[in-house]
Amino acid sequence: MIDPLLLFDVILGLAIVSLAVTVLVVRDRFAMIVLVIVFGLMSALAWVRLAAPDVALAEAAIGTGLTGALLLATWRQVRTEPERWPALPRGVMVINMGLCALVLAGLVGAFLATPLGTPGLGVAVADNLADSGVEHPVTAVLLNFRAYDTLMEVVVLLVAVIAVWMIDRGVSQAPQPTLGPELGDLPRGFARLVLPAITVIGAYLLWVGTSAPGGAFQGGAVLAAVGILLLLTQRYQPQPSHRPLARGVFVLGVAGFAAVALLVAGGGRVPFEYPADHAKTLILLIEGLVTLSIAATLAALFHGREPEAISTQGGRS
Amino acid sequence: MSTGLIFGLTGLGVFVVGLCGALVLVDPLRRVLALKLCSVGAGFMLVVAAWKAPPEAPDPVPHALVITGIVVMISATAVALALIRRLHTLEHEHHD
Repeated sequence: MIDPLLLFDVILGLAIVSLAVTVLVVRDRFAMIVLVIVFGLMSALAWVRLAAPDVALAEAAIGTGLTGALLLATWRQVRTEPERWPALPRGVMVINMGLCALVLAGLVGAFLATPLGTPGLGVAVADNLADSGVEHPVTAVLLNFRAYDTLMEVVVLLVAVIAVWMIDRGVSQAPQPTLGPELGDLPRGFARLVLPAITVIGAYLLWVGTSAPGGAFQGGAVLAAVGILLLLTQRYQPQPSHRPLARGVFVLGVAGFAAVALLVAGGGRVPFEYPADHAKTLILLIEGLVTLSIAATLAALFHGREPEAISTQGGRS
Repeated sequence: MSTGLIFGLTGLGVFVVGLCGALVLVDPLRRVLALKLCSVGAGFMLVVAAWKAPPEAPDPVPHALVITGIVVMISATAVALALIRRLHTLEHEHHD
């Protein structure tokens, strides 16, 4: 008797691989982006099956939802362009695919030879969880045991928004995506209904991350969705005068994180070694600041160009 | 056969499909998506490495690494998309 859940896993695995292939071979680019979104949600489902709810939340919110929004915003600007890139010579293609097949064979061999379910670092994390200040092991790893990694991750996000603002200065004026008038009052009504709810959900995800799946990245992504909805319904219109504030919020996460990490040093402690009595407070403080930064940064990445004074009629929102 | 084995092979398949796409496709938007597939495939491998047959709890360290990877990937994607928009603008000006 086969376990029905294993059958589900096999079907889900096959669906994920087929979706990956379809994404790359489908002709229509809009369909391609929609398929990537479906692919991401299916992967998140697979990660739930692998007992990784934090990763599934992050993939669904950031890797799928926000990435999908970014892809659609770019697609909208470049869709007039036909795919006129010359294809690779057939010989090169065949050689590349042959080499990929070799890589696959090597990886499958290595994977099958590797034992699954080895203890890994899980034991070490479980032993020290009590000292971390939080009860959820993934948050303990992210914000305490490997906090340096997480700081660098926030730096990467900051670098990305700086790069996007710089690159987009040279991009021709395209009207920002909005939920157009053909939809009437529907988008605004929808926004009025769901915005308070999403804001609460984002804050809740941040808070609950100390004891259950959730945390700064998932909460920040949900709050970024608030920003995107505000931009799409034009309830918030970026102005050039908002630039200093926006820059401040982008840097807030990195600055706050680094300041706390350095200020706890001294008295026999090294940087990132939070005093045990205040660990939870400090972690929540860092997470709160990082969440604000992530939300603002991701929404800015969706918006693309920095707000600048432009007088063209309706050229921007 | 176990959940870990099934999704491990899934992850390898997704990674190699992405690798193949990144090498064979020429349209920049498709290449970005191919690299996105690679990153999800790599994420699968780490999550599978962390997985233990229930009721044992999985190893949280690879989970944290994958979450970091997802955030790095959206940063890279956003910059790549900005470059694609810029390329589009430059070519548009060139054709005018």
